[in-house]
Amino acid sequence: MSNVLSNEKRGMHELGAEKKVGWDEVTHGVVLHSFEDDATDVAMRKAEDRKYSEFSSYTATVASWRVIKPVYNRDICIDCQNCWVWCPDSSIISRDKQILGIDYDHCKGCGVCVEVCPTNPKSLLMFGEAMSSEDAIAQWPVKEKKEK
Amino acid sequence: MAITSVKNLKEFSTTNERFEGAHLLCPGCAHSMIVRELMNCSDDNLVISTNTGCLEVSTAVYPYTSWDTSWIHIGFENAATAAAGAEAMYKARKRKGTLKNPDAPVKFVAFGGDGSTYDIGFQWLSGAVERGHNFTYICLDNENYANTGGQRSSSTPIGASTTTAPAGRVSYGEKRNKKDMMAIMAANGASYVAQVAPNKWKNMAQAFQKALSIDGPCYINALSACTTEWKFDPKDTINISDLATDSLVFPLYEIIDGTELNITYRPKNVLPVKDYLAAQGRFKHLFKPENAHILEEWQKRVDEKWEYLQRREEARV
Repeated sequence: MSNVLSNEKRGMHELGAEKKVGWDEVTHGVVLHSFEDDATDVAMRKAEDRKYSEFSSYTATVASWRVIKPVYNRDICIDCQNCWVWCPDSSIISRDKQILGIDYDHCKGCGVCVEVCPTNPKSLLMFGEAMSSEDAIAQWPVKEKKEK
Repeated sequence: MAITSVKNLKEFSTTNERFEGAHLLCPGCAHSMIVRELMNCSDDNLVISTNTGCLEVSTAVYPYTSWDTSWIHIGFENAATAAAGAEAMYKARKRKGTLKNPDAPVKFVAFGGDGSTYDIGFQWLSGAVERGHNFTYICLDNENYANTGGQRSSSTPIGASTTTAPAGRVSYGEKRNKKDMMAIMAANGASYVAQVAPNKWKNMAQAFQKALSIDGPCYINALSACTTEWKFDPKDTINISDLATDSLVFPLYEIIDGTELNITYRPKNVLPVKDYLAAQGRFKHLFKPENAHILEEWQKRVDEKWEYLQRREEARV
């Protein structure tokens, strides 16, 4: 499972930093292939079983956009998959109906996942980008009592 | 093997992503939620065309592509044209027996923004629907030309402040009502027309699957809340969509073969339209005392529309 969370292909390139191409270098009718191999059954394969080419944005990162980041707390999560279905950046990693964690290479820190999380306290919360996940989980709020 | 399960969210979460991250859409953009869900809805090979707009410029930043399927970028008005052309060629080559893999299921999908659907690509969309191509057109309706800085389109609702219809001392912003694209497409002869919103994910997934399975032109109008131009916090995308569907500003319904209208979502507690408008910066000025009549008109129009939809549903015509 560990290779799902840290797929070495993912997030190799900082977008715009490495491969800057001028408009005059773009050829007409250019075709970009997302995969290095045959892609006919790609709908049947998970990210870790695919061979992404360097043209797929899967290999790029937008991590530098983030100011705040979501931190995931496994202990409270009920695997409802709300965050997975509504993440606009495909950054919640879910396998076999379980949330495994957050893909920090593609997450832009919008905070939608925190808003849609139904648990009390929430199992995803936003913290400063510089804070480590361990520190964040250490200061996790406790269950709020319902106001009567 | 074509349609993936959308019975419940856990089941749906086992589907495979075909829309990759590190696209450049704004944080909290609803476009990617909709596109991603469409692609997870089906295991078929998808041929997708996208015309110029936020979605296109953000998902195909040379030398990267975020699409794990066949994808065509084409000019502002031509999403429907490209999908229709690809579909016609596919049919012709299938008939002639020159396809490499004739048994592989293929679906044709076109994505356009509301600018390209309601205004600029309207004629081409109408033509493709009239010719009866087997494709699904999805309009990502964010109610303005967001890619170029928030100009008004004919989807912009009354009272919204946009860069070409700004609110100020003399004006309350956009003066015209939103065009009823659903009715137009139904009258145009589309086999299936549906209005969906990303906050009702199951409703949306079912509409997508229905559209993909129907042999004929299908049109889907998807509410895509725009954090930049509607002026709300990126984290609130789903909350704003909830307000839109629950206040009936954006009712969810479908029209089959131009006549059979079904309301697909009825909110338990209908919220006042004011709540939806108050949550967005683009309607901020409507809460000044001199604009009170616009608020009243908004509520009245939404109520009338809901009444109309319910009657249509009963009448079955």
